[in-house]
Amino acid sequence: MENIYLIIVLSPLVPAIIAGLFGKQIGRSGAHTITIAGVALACALSLYVLKAMLVDNLPVYNETVYQWASVGGINMEVGFLVDRLTALMMCVVTFVSLMVHIYTIGYMHDDDGYQRFFSYISLFTFSMLMLVMSNNFLQLFFGWEAVGVVSYLLIGFWYKRPTAIFANMKAFLVNRVGDFGFLLGIAALLMFTGSLDYYEVFAQAESLAGMQINIIGTASWSVLTVACIGLFIGAMGKSAQVPLHVWLPDSMEGPTPISALIHAATMVTAGVFMVARMSPLFELSETALTFILVIGATTALFTGFLGLVQNDIKRVVAYSTLSQLGYMTVALGASAYAAGIFHLMTHAFFKALLFLAAGSVIIALHHEQDMRKMGGLKKYLPITYWTSLIGSLALIGFPGTAGFFSKDALIEAVGHSEIAGSGYAYFCVMVGVFVTALYSFRLLFMVFFGNERMDEDARHHLHESPWVVTLPLILLAIPSLVIGWPTIGPLLFGDFFGSAIFVLPQHDVLAEIGHDFHGPLGFLLHGLSSPVLYLALAGVVVAWYLYLKNPLLPAAIQARFAVIYRLLDNKYYFDSFNQNVLARGSRLLGTGLWRGGDVGVIDGVFVNGTANTIGRIAGVMRRLQTGYLYHYAFAMVIGLVVLVGWLIW
Amino acid sequence: MLTLTHFLMLSGVLFAISIAGIFINRKNMILLLMCIELLLLAVNFNFVAFSHFLGNADGQIFVFFILTVAAAEAAIGLAILVVLFRTRASINVEDMDSMKG
Amino acid sequence: MLIGAAIGVIVARNPVHSVMFLVLAFFTSAVLWLLLEAEFLAMILVLVYVGAVMVLFLFVVMMLDIDTTTMRSHFMRYAPVGIFVAAISVAEVWSVVWLRSQGLPTLVRPEAAPADYSNTKALGEVLYTEHVYAFELASFILLLAIIAAIVLTMRRRPGLKVQDIGKQVSVNPADRVRIVKMQAEKD
Repeated sequence: MENIYLIIVLSPLVPAIIAGLFGKQIGRSGAHTITIAGVALACALSLYVLKAMLVDNLPVYNETVYQWASVGGINMEVGFLVDRLTALMMCVVTFVSLMVHIYTIGYMHDDDGYQRFFSYISLFTFSMLMLVMSNNFLQLFFGWEAVGVVSYLLIGFWYKRPTAIFANMKAFLVNRVGDFGFLLGIAALLMFTGSLDYYEVFAQAESLAGMQINIIGTASWSVLTVACIGLFIGAMGKSAQVPLHVWLPDSMEGPTPISALIHAATMVTAGVFMVARMSPLFELSETALTFILVIGATTALFTGFLGLVQNDIKRVVAYSTLSQLGYMTVALGASAYAAGIFHLMTHAFFKALLFLAAGSVIIALHHEQDMRKMGGLKKYLPITYWTSLIGSLALIGFPGTAGFFSKDALIEAVGHSEIAGSGYAYFCVMVGVFVTALYSFRLLFMVFFGNERMDEDARHHLHESPWVVTLPLILLAIPSLVIGWPTIGPLLFGDFFGSAIFVLPQHDVLAEIGHDFHGPLGFLLHGLSSPVLYLALAGVVVAWYLYLKNPLLPAAIQARFAVIYRLLDNKYYFDSFNQNVLARGSRLLGTGLWRGGDVGVIDGVFVNGTANTIGRIAGVMRRLQTGYLYHYAFAMVIGLVVLVGWLIW
Repeated sequence: MLTLTHFLMLSGVLFAISIAGIFINRKNMILLLMCIELLLLAVNFNFVAFSHFLGNADGQIFVFFILTVAAAEAAIGLAILVVLFRTRASINVEDMDSMKG
Repeated sequence: MLIGAAIGVIVARNPVHSVMFLVLAFFTSAVLWLLLEAEFLAMILVLVYVGAVMVLFLFVVMMLDIDTTTMRSHFMRYAPVGIFVAAISVAEVWSVVWLRSQGLPTLVRPEAAPADYSNTKALGEVLYTEHVYAFELASFILLLAIIAAIVLTMRRRPGLKVQDIGKQVSVNPADRVRIVKMQAEKD
């Protein structure tokens, strides 16, 4: 079994390296063939592993593959921990990656960096697999950073565009801020447990909760809380929670396939996965859980608002991703880890679908991304339309779709939670449902319905995208529709996750809901009577009204609420703040340190200064060498007199 | 009554005079050499005085040697002076500053 | 008188006068040494030192054409410093010799030596037995001085035709003779 895991991890890596280094030699079709073969193999094997876990009762695998170093009692190893949670993540990651690989053949068809792109996305798959399959914090961190690096490479794929370069630096730097917190969390755990291995740390979780640590002066905090908040800050960076969310909309500078892969389905969910994996730790710290709840809820609602005023089709979907990530985080904060992961899985499918569909629209219109120049595409791009509709329905939680099951379960769980901050979270996610429906159907109506606002030239070239583009759309639409039914039972209320997720009895909201759970159909009927459905429908109706029935109204509202509009348009001034205060401040600091410290002090005082001082002293001393004999004699005599005088005294 | 102290004082004064001579003289190189001879004379005085008062002949032996060396040094010094004069046509001490740093 | 002579050495305007004053100083010190029963040394002082070294000084002073007028300028400028330093050294010597020796047993002047005491003989006895090594070295130093003085001041007259054996021996025939092949002239 160990070999299978190794093959799963390595089979995207090898083609990535080959396509990366020898791209020119193997050509385009060579590149895409080997990478797709690699990822397909990983996908097939992941599904096999999942099946083995479900059906054949494959035991949890927690072994060290390779010990890299052992420093002072800390073992640095490469190891795999494959339990149900991991298996689920592996399947999601490889499946979406495979879809994206196939899609890329069509999307990047005309691009010069074809082989490079395939190399990168396979490399990404490898990194993500290393992250989810890791059994110790060091490998987790390696995977974490690796996906960050590949994300940087991919966002800046079209590196000749200044906006792309700006965006990839932003993504990397904001991620770095998160990683700083992450490292502090890992360091705290390492310091107090002496080990990097998950199970060893989990075993000591109870004692960690009791220990206290002094940070910032005299405030004494529980070690576990500090570590968990540190870890969560890493998740905030990676999974784009407020205030570290600013990089995700800018990351839309990258090609659409990677928006689908990385910034919808996989990388951004790494944070969510990490918190679920660390559930034994987070459960024991209510402070951390509250923190997670508040941050997640804020993200869910406020980024949703931002999605309402975007005109770029990809940005709308990006803010939608941010909002849904907020939902997942809220679920984690409410100790409904299984619900969070469940939503992660369903979201991966329908969000990737929505991104890829947006990409299909974009290439059909020859890389036009502004929604104000689209409209009425329904009759030109039927497959794209239908799959987008399915995706949007899943997103808003229309009954029966996968998104419905995950969202409703999530919202109910939050409603039942009693952790501090859950009331606020419940309010946010409820309002968020309305907002989600509003912006997603705004997108649908603006793009596929209504008047055709594109150029004549573009309209003539409109045709449905090739099969390599539409096939992944269909393949993703299917799970978005159906996967909720069979999985909700075992995942949320059954024992699917087993020992992978740990929930304290007093926090176990899913168990509470589970009392009333009588199968998916019952859940569906129950959902028909909950306010969530009606909020969503209200959102759809408002969108229909604003964008189809009375299209002049949005402009009027915008003029009326200009202040709010400006606030939203400037993304709550987060970007301005970051740019002007933090970025400029850092640059000023850097320049100051360079001029003052480096050039002034080190060069001026120490390096040149010593030389100058010695030169000056030498200049003074030089005058003693007059060349005059009597001066020398004088000096000798003076010396003699002084010496004798000293001896006499 | 002349005691050892008087002789020692005498030699000290002689020494001091010659040192003053070295300072004061700025112009004449020969004068410098002569002051050095005076210096050595002062030292010889010291030795002879002690030799007499301690009843030991060793002091006088040493004077003998000092005398020898002084003579040799005077000879060489003057030879150098002559050569210097040939090249620079001056024995002004202030002109000999080619070793100025 | 000795001190007077010494001061005279310094202050004399004419360098010849300085040398004369130095000679006077040596004479008086020789006399003083006679009082200290160092007859041999006194005689040596007069014969060797005054006779040879001072004469040498005189030769050199007279040989070098010294401009005496520029000699005495700035005398007053440096005098205070010199006198000050001299005074300090005198004070130092006095403090050791007079002040510190108060209370220490003073050396009593020994009795005069018997009439047939020969200072020279006494010196010779010590010199050729205990300090013979130093004696030999002293002679070597004198040899050194002779050679040095000669080498320093020897001049070669330019244009003097003298045989340089070293150069003659190291000559290269190729520099001197050039063989030219010629047709034999037949008559």
